[in-house]
This record gives sequence, structure tokens and C-alpha cells, in this order.
Amino acid sequence: MEWAVFVVFAVAALGGAGGVVMARKPVHAAMSLVLTLFSVAIFFVMQGAHFLAAVQVIVYAGAIVVLFLFVIMLLGIDQEDTLDEPLPAQRPLAIVVGGALFAGLLLFAQILEPTGGSAARGSATQGDVVNVERVATSLFTDFLWPFEITSALLVIAVVGAVVLARRGSTPQFEDQPVGADAGSDEGPAAVLEHDE
Amino acid sequence: MKVPGSYYLIVAAAMFCIGAIGLLVRRNALVMFMCVELMLNAVNLTFVTFARMLDDIGGQVFVFFTLVVAAAEVVVGLALIVSIFRRRQGATADDVSLLRG
Repeated sequence: MEWAVFVVFAVAALGGAGGVVMARKPVHAAMSLVLTLFSVAIFFVMQGAHFLAAVQVIVYAGAIVVLFLFVIMLLGIDQEDTLDEPLPAQRPLAIVVGGALFAGLLLFAQILEPTGGSAARGSATQGDVVNVERVATSLFTDFLWPFEITSALLVIAVVGAVVLARRGSTPQFEDQPVGADAGSDEGPAAVLEHDE
Repeated sequence: MKVPGSYYLIVAAAMFCIGAIGLLVRRNALVMFMCVELMLNAVNLTFVTFARMLDDIGGQVFVFFTLVVAAAEVVVGLALIVSIFRRRQGATADDVSLLRG
């Protein structure tokens, strides 16, 4: 039974990953990403990480993908990708590099043995304490200081996003679209192009 | 019966490599971002698998931190993409070549 679930969701995860890479439209890529994220959440459940599975669905599939969809929708950039390649060798080269990466990972996994402390922070699977409680105990005792820094990181990210997305906040970076109307020369991009 | 952890690791490695290939192949900045998310998720799956194999809850706590970093990264990255798309209509990463010497 568990094998059947594993095989089904492994195929779904890898198929969704392939869909992200190969989908023409960004919306379809986002939908494939949801499939992959949900399959990874299923894997988390199968390995006893119930808290992380819930967080995965809520934060990733619920918030991050919606953020992607908002950007796609609000900016209206849902045009299909062009198929012409400026660098003709890039696609086969990328596939070769990716395959080599996969082979290298498997090779290292064969050679190296995973080692770790013998459950110094508490067991991940055994005992009758529920998973949320174990994660919370470790998070608020061993990892309390990183947890506090996390809040600072989130605040910095929010402030940075607001500063970046505010309209007209960076007046010194007013470059023109490349190729569209290169005749009008204001901004650093046009100046650089004239220097060449 | 239990699925051995090495099978999860193989799936995670394949996901990571597909994400890496997508990052190299695709030109749309948004899709490149989704490929980065794919790679992050593959690493998360590896963390959880090792947490089970080594019987240590630390792996799961690390996934929690990875999630936070991924959320912050997506927020800032999408803000960057929005501000780039607002200035030029091109959706590809090749158009953003101001730093080319």
C-alpha cells in the first residue's frame, strides 16, 4: 500500500517538475508547481513529518504559488515563451549538465554514508509524542536563537519588497526598453549603447 | 511495509536536477523562479528523509527554516521581477543585460 502511494506521488512530483520546466505559459508552470508541492507534502506525511506537510501546503501551495499567480495576473505577462534560442548550444548543454549532476548525486550517495548524532535533539519517528510537539520542543529550545533571527529576516524581506515595488522610488534607474525605441537617449542604458 | 529512504533521496535528486535544468534552459524570469522553488523543495525532501533515516528531529526543524528563507526569497524576488517588468515589456532574462561589459 505504501509503495503504491509512493510510486503514484513520485510520478506526480516528477511529472509536475517536468511540467514546470516545459510548460509554455507561466500559469501552466505554476499549476504544475502546485502538483509537485502537494506530492512533496504527501512524502512528508509518509515520513512522519506531519507538521511540515501542513506548513508545506499552507505556505507553499497556498501562499507562494498564489503570489506567483498574482504577479502573472497583475502584470499581464502571460504571453508564451519564444522558442528561438540566442545560444543554440544552451539547451542540450543544460540537459547534459543536469544529467551529469544527477549521476554525480547518485554516485556520491553510493560512496558516502550519511552520519549524524544519535538523536541528540530528540527522535524524529519513535515515541508516542506527536510530531508537532517534537518539532516545537526542538525549535524553542535548541533553535530558539535562529528562530528569533527568522522574524528579523521576514521583517527585512517585507520592507525590501515594499521599497522595491513602490512606484518611482528609484529615479536614477530610468532606462529605456532595449530595441523598442532606442532613438530617444535618456538614461544610462542609452548612454552605454552610444559608447560602444 | 516501509519505503526505504534511499528511494525518497532518488526522487529528491531527480527533482533537484530537473529544477537545475529548468533554471538553465528557461528564459522567463518567473519560470526560473519556480525552478528555484523546485530545487528548494527537493532539498527539503532530502532533509526530511535524512531526519527519518538518522532518527533526528533536527532535519525537520531545518526544513522549517528553509521554508522561511524561501518565503523571504520569493517576496523579494517577485518584487524585483515586478519592478523589472514595469520598466520593460520583455519577459525574458536576456533583456536584462545592463551589466554586460
